[in-house]
Amino acid sequence: MATPGICDSANLNGGQKLAVKYFTVAITLFGAQVLFGLLAGLQYLMPDFLYGVLDFSVNRMVHINALVVWMLYGFLGSVYWLLEEESQHEIVGLKLGNVIFWVLTAAVTVVVLVFLLVQVGPGKESTIWLINEGREYIEAPRWADIGIVVSVLVVFYNVAATFGKGRYTGIAGVLVLDLLALFGIYLAGMFYTTNISIDQYWWWWVIHLWVEATWEVMVACIMAYGLMKVLGVRRKIVETWLYIEVALMFGSGILGLGHHYFWIGTPEYWFSIGGVFSALEPIPLVAMVVHAVFDAGARHAKNSNHPTMAWLIAHAFGNFFGAGVWGFMHTLPQINLYTHGTQWSASHGHLAFFGAYATIVIAMFYLAVQKWRGDVWMSGGLPGNGWKWKWALGLLNLGMVGMTMSMLVSGYVQSQIERAIEGSSWIGYFAAQSHHWFVQGMWWREVFGVMFAAGFVLLVWDLLTIGCGEQRKLVPASDSV
Amino acid sequence: MATNQWWASESFWRKTAIWVTGGSFVVLMLLTMDTISQISVGTTRVPAYSVINHRIEYKFDEQRRVQVPVIGVKEPLFGKELNEEEAEALVKLGKLTTQAKNCMNCHTLLGNGAYYAPDLTKSWLDQYWGTSEIREVQMVEFIKDPSDKLHNSMGRRMPKLGITDEEARGVVAFLKWMSSIDTNGFPYNFKSIEQEN
Repeated sequence: MATPGICDSANLNGGQKLAVKYFTVAITLFGAQVLFGLLAGLQYLMPDFLYGVLDFSVNRMVHINALVVWMLYGFLGSVYWLLEEESQHEIVGLKLGNVIFWVLTAAVTVVVLVFLLVQVGPGKESTIWLINEGREYIEAPRWADIGIVVSVLVVFYNVAATFGKGRYTGIAGVLVLDLLALFGIYLAGMFYTTNISIDQYWWWWVIHLWVEATWEVMVACIMAYGLMKVLGVRRKIVETWLYIEVALMFGSGILGLGHHYFWIGTPEYWFSIGGVFSALEPIPLVAMVVHAVFDAGARHAKNSNHPTMAWLIAHAFGNFFGAGVWGFMHTLPQINLYTHGTQWSASHGHLAFFGAYATIVIAMFYLAVQKWRGDVWMSGGLPGNGWKWKWALGLLNLGMVGMTMSMLVSGYVQSQIERAIEGSSWIGYFAAQSHHWFVQGMWWREVFGVMFAAGFVLLVWDLLTIGCGEQRKLVPASDSV
Repeated sequence: MATNQWWASESFWRKTAIWVTGGSFVVLMLLTMDTISQISVGTTRVPAYSVINHRIEYKFDEQRRVQVPVIGVKEPLFGKELNEEEAEALVKLGKLTTQAKNCMNCHTLLGNGAYYAPDLTKSWLDQYWGTSEIREVQMVEFIKDPSDKLHNSMGRRMPKLGITDEEARGVVAFLKWMSSIDTNGFPYNFKSIEQEN
């Protein structure tokens, strides 16, 4: 065993070495997301800033695509991280997994460079294949789509085959089926149609069924593993909770898809189906909070990794408030008629993606760093009282809550002035956008964005230094299975 | 505490998870088949592309209590009546252009996209274009090079995206066709451009 306190890959199993690569790209893209978000936010306040060079559309596209891809990298990394421990078997196709990691990363790099340097193309199908598909969140051109599908298939093969040969746990069963769904659903977004109603119908299959169904189940699996790992919760308990969460999540989330089918040309029966089922979507998120907080309380919050535990709790609450409460606020069609396509959606999107997904991937980063440095102590009494991770946690969460609130204020102004009073015309749109209350919201968003960026810098610094030179070993969480 | 209650057992919840997931998915598939048939091109909800040969209005429907698109008298786009194939080709060029120029990362279409620029769902009917007589020309000229045109008091401008004359006409055709889609009253309380004879 290597000396504790330095990052030594001898401390990691094969899957974890690969996971660390995924995590490194993930946090790099997280940085890109923050940077381009700040640029786009600034353009609301100074419209001539970078006009004609890096227009809002480009910055915003990189902002949201960096988001999707860093989440995906975080999830795939997390899956590789837990795979060998969970299955108690070496990964069957580790070499292939490594090759695919580099192929995928090269593809992502090319896509980002094309987004930044080429930006747009002529109105032909070749543009969709080579430059930009022009559909929000899945802008990646078709050739890259094919690459993503192949990559996810390889991860799926590695997961299914490794669990097949080793121990097939409850988490394994859920994870395998979830990855299969994740892969299958992406195919629904890989064709062109002129009919925009059908276009958006299937586009929502990808966006909603990823973000509000398969991703939620993915993080439920990671949460189950994380709670066993840092708190020592018994497997029977986390796996029973996992099934409850899957039942509630898919039971509400699959038909909750209907809340995107109010205004795109689809029939009126989606009002009732989408309204009812999406209103139920917060329930599994409440279950997750209860589960996490109860487990932590039952162990008097004694755990083997304080930053990970803190981010897991941040995840439980962030998921509930961001995805649950903020989603519920405007999910009923009677309200959504006024809020659809306004800053309400941006407010919800920010808190939900951060609360539900960024938090838990950060929790995994800390778990990874701890083992990488040789299973060092990461509970109380860290040097400097652990001020870096605590301040990073505080700045990132406060920054995000601040941005969310600011955009919500702007969203209120928009739904009131543009929609309710002015009647959704372009004049109404600009009346709302130039209203000083709206503009104030946009200013505060930028200010809190800078706070968030400071938190990100601190997070990276902490991940690079936490546990450095630490000689104490971790005390494993009790009754872990 | 008793842990062998049926409601706390792992196997009960595993089975529930499987049945609930499977059941929801089957229902979604059935609804999808029905919806796709109702929103295919040429239905009452999503009219044929040749609808661009007609005037499109957005009128209040007393029964549904929302505005719905109404297809009116012949009013061919750019003064030239197109057959079904020609209309589809033009709308297709426009739709492809909106994707290739990344419109959706500033604008919303059917309310989906980004919020930096106005919604395009009923943009064909917006009063911004002045009168219905000059609207087509205004739109084509604007889309080709918006950088020096009047936008708003905030200084927020659309950039010049290298859109050709043909592509711009396609985009206008696409926008006119999109305005004929029945969106259940979204955007609400919309005030249309004057289109009286």
